[in-house]
Amino acid sequence: MSSEKSTLDQPVGGKSADKIFKWVAFACGALILVVLAAVFLFLFFRAWPLIGGDQNANKATIESFTGGKAHNFWQYVGPLAFGTILVAALALLIAFFVSVGIALFISQYAPKGLATALSTIVDLLAAIPSVIYGLWGGIVLVPAIYPFWNWVAKYLGWIPLFKGPAANPARTVATVAVVLAVMILPIITSMARDVYLQTPRLQQEAALALGATKWEMIKIAVLPFGKSGVVSASMLGLGRALGETMAVLMILSPGLHYSFRILQASQNQTIAANIAAQYPEANSLGVSTLIATGLVLFLITFIVNFIARKITQKVSA
Amino acid sequence: MTASLEYAQAAGESLMKDAPVIDFDKFQPTRSMIARRKRKDVAMGALISVAFIVALIPLFSVLWTTIANGVKRLNLNFLSYNMSGVIGGQPTASGGYGGIQHAIIGTLEITLGALVISVPIGIMCSVFLIEYSRGGKFAKSIGLLIDVMSGVPSIVAGLFAFSMFTILVGPGTFNGFEGSVALSLLMIPTVVKSSEEMLKIVPNDLREASYALGVTKQRTITKIVLRTALPGIVSGVILAIARVVGETAPLLMTAGYISTTNVNLFSGQMTTLPVYVYQEYSKLKVACPASASASCVTDIPMQRAWAAALMLIVIVLILNLIGRLVARVFAVKAER
Repeated sequence: MSSEKSTLDQPVGGKSADKIFKWVAFACGALILVVLAAVFLFLFFRAWPLIGGDQNANKATIESFTGGKAHNFWQYVGPLAFGTILVAALALLIAFFVSVGIALFISQYAPKGLATALSTIVDLLAAIPSVIYGLWGGIVLVPAIYPFWNWVAKYLGWIPLFKGPAANPARTVATVAVVLAVMILPIITSMARDVYLQTPRLQQEAALALGATKWEMIKIAVLPFGKSGVVSASMLGLGRALGETMAVLMILSPGLHYSFRILQASQNQTIAANIAAQYPEANSLGVSTLIATGLVLFLITFIVNFIARKITQKVSA
Repeated sequence: MTASLEYAQAAGESLMKDAPVIDFDKFQPTRSMIARRKRKDVAMGALISVAFIVALIPLFSVLWTTIANGVKRLNLNFLSYNMSGVIGGQPTASGGYGGIQHAIIGTLEITLGALVISVPIGIMCSVFLIEYSRGGKFAKSIGLLIDVMSGVPSIVAGLFAFSMFTILVGPGTFNGFEGSVALSLLMIPTVVKSSEEMLKIVPNDLREASYALGVTKQRTITKIVLRTALPGIVSGVILAIARVVGETAPLLMTAGYISTTNVNLFSGQMTTLPVYVYQEYSKLKVACPASASASCVTDIPMQRAWAAALMLIVIVLILNLIGRLVARVFAVKAER
């Protein structure tokens, strides 16, 4: 910058700063790797007493957690993992169709001004903290949704999934799934919307020019184009639902069964909510057990997210 | 040229002779078929619109119940006192029913701690990914890991901070900084991703102009690239704060919960707003002894939970608004 002649003759300064800066940047990049490894390692070390420690003490801990139902770690974590996946899958099932609908509405049906407003509203849904969803779910939704579940249990009760009687208050997997669906809705919607907006204009217009109705155009041009994007968005939503703690903790009445009776209380529990619920009263070994279940959750979400990102990367490449 | 054309025509004619007579009317859509397609079109259009309305119901229900239930208790007294000296549903000496002063201080300090940890790391990481090894193999795998990291469940982040502090510091450690560490784990990927996007749209001309003047890479990045991308980065950071400020689960097991005000981030338990909401929710109701005066409120914990939830929503929405505003007003004008 300075135009004095004497500095022009001298070699440019800041070489060492340049090097240091580069190394700091590199270190920060590498730190991501280190942090993820550290998450795994610290959880593993803290959970070690469960594997390498006194097995009788472990057995006693797990029996005290479950009231004598489970005797080893796998018996304990099995129903929890099952409950986690059941709740998340149901939430995804509910959220998927609604969010694809919203994404189509924003990208294809709504006029431009309305579309931006609607996108903002969807983003707002994503911004609301989970503890507030839990509060709302536990106090507002649970009593409000009972008549509906009761109706479902009465008329669709022959399907094993909806076997009655519906629990009142409806602190059940079904209600939790609805709340989680609301929470993951904005994630899937915003990604699906972005993908649908990228559909080649020419393909859409070609379909319309061939005489397709709007829905047929969407079916033959938009949906196939956005397929992998929507699948990966759903996986991300699933990942979020798998790890959700507060909404489940504040709504669900827990149980430890391999049960599909989503309208009855005390059937399932998720890993995350179980950790938060048992944690305050757990002793050292109990905490190790809980951390081991956390490690299982970490691995499940890791795999789900990894698959989701692999799909996106393949598409964008 | 003409010969070949004639040949083609001749061939075409001969083909035409052999060609079967096609009854094109057969392919004519029947009226019922057209009607069916139209009906399906309208039905799907309606279904898609309904999907949208269905999604709006919970949003308005959440906002409405929080506002309606929250305004009852959200007043100056609630904001300026903590929970010490609160007995059951009876009013405190100050005339209120306890408050969230300690929770607001805790939230601010813990979030600030997370900010201090994750912003430098996040920005430097994005600088590395975009400026130093853009498109490289290592950068790609780091990018994938960041995506994976953004999917780490918040409770696992809490468990991580907890295990790290019990192993490094000692068992039974509860302090605000532990919560900051847990939150920064959730915040770093968000910051990296948004800064990455912002660095990508800084025009290459600027970098090249700077290099042409003989400016070193480090100075180009700090003085030109980061300065141009600053508004976008700031907005990304604000949105990241808005995300972590509502986190509850990781703070439950790291920062703990107390009823008095603690301003020291590095020692002693700290309450944050979301944890406060949860704790009040789990109290459900308090008993009022028969001797208590008429001003004793049995469902005061629930009212406090709603009021704190309203405060939390207000903070989150304001942060979101500021973030979006910063992004829009100071956006980099880059021709792509």
